Amino acid sequence: MKNLIGLIGGLLFSVGLVVSGMINPKKVIGFLDAFGDWDMSLAFVMGGAVIVNLIVFRLILKREPVYNDKHNLPASNRHITKRLVIGSVLFGIGWGLVGICPGPAIVNLVTLQKNAVLFVAAMLVGMLAFKYLDAFFAKESGE
Amino acid sequence: MDTIILPLTGGVLIGIASSFILLTLGRITGISGIFANSFIDFSAKAESWKYFFLLGLILGGIILKITYPEFFNYEISGSVSLIIIAGLLVGFGTRLGSGCTSGHGVCGLPRKSLRSFVATLSFMVAGIVTVYLKGLL
Repeated sequence: MKNLIGLIGGLLFSVGLVVSGMINPKKVIGFLDAFGDWDMSLAFVMGGAVIVNLIVFRLILKREPVYNDKHNLPASNRHITKRLVIGSVLFGIGWGLVGICPGPAIVNLVTLQKNAVLFVAAMLVGMLAFKYLDAFFAKESGE
Repeated sequence: MDTIILPLTGGVLIGIASSFILLTLGRITGISGIFANSFIDFSAKAESWKYFFLLGLILGGIILKITYPEFFNYEISGSVSLIIIAGLLVGFGTRLGSGCTSGHGVCGLPRKSLRSFVATLSFMVAGIVTVYLKGLL
């Protein structure tokens, strides 16, 4: 059952990313070009998703999940760390350079464009690099 | 019209998808995490529903590519080195920062998570500054 849920969730999410235009790097860069020729349309993507979740999450979190014993959420949501900020800034730079974040990167594989495959491969290497440098970064930021 | 209706519809669908995952599995739909757990971390974090979620992402793309190819009428432009640098930054940054647009933005903001608010603000500002600086070159 969990696998079917995963599949349906992925399908819905994918359709949302495609229909909204989030998979199109030109639109994403247009959205991030706030000081230039700003295309605000993608603000409605995050807006729509956040509003739905703002309403529905409250109701959901009042009871146990249907196919799991309990909610499994990030432990702390107030602890601001260097890792959080530096990591997010690095991600933002990469996002701004090409206009692709992880979800759209995966969906874009279906275009079979060389750059789509290259991006996902580089993303994997970046994640792998983090896995092995993690201990070092944890020590550096004293966490 | 399309500049509001389509993004809003897509956004609502993304909201429904992540609400559905939280309702049924009690989990946050963070795609960078799901992807890394499945192909990098393995061990207990690589749960089978995550592979099926990623399969759903691909399947949805294939179905729409066949039925509505006009949604895919763009090119991912950039030199090989630019694509590699951006991919590395996105992969590394989302792991160090514990999430991306989906986990921190779509799921974290509605949970009123201060961490996700700071993360979302950080990657939005970094993205805007990057696009601005790239425009100057």
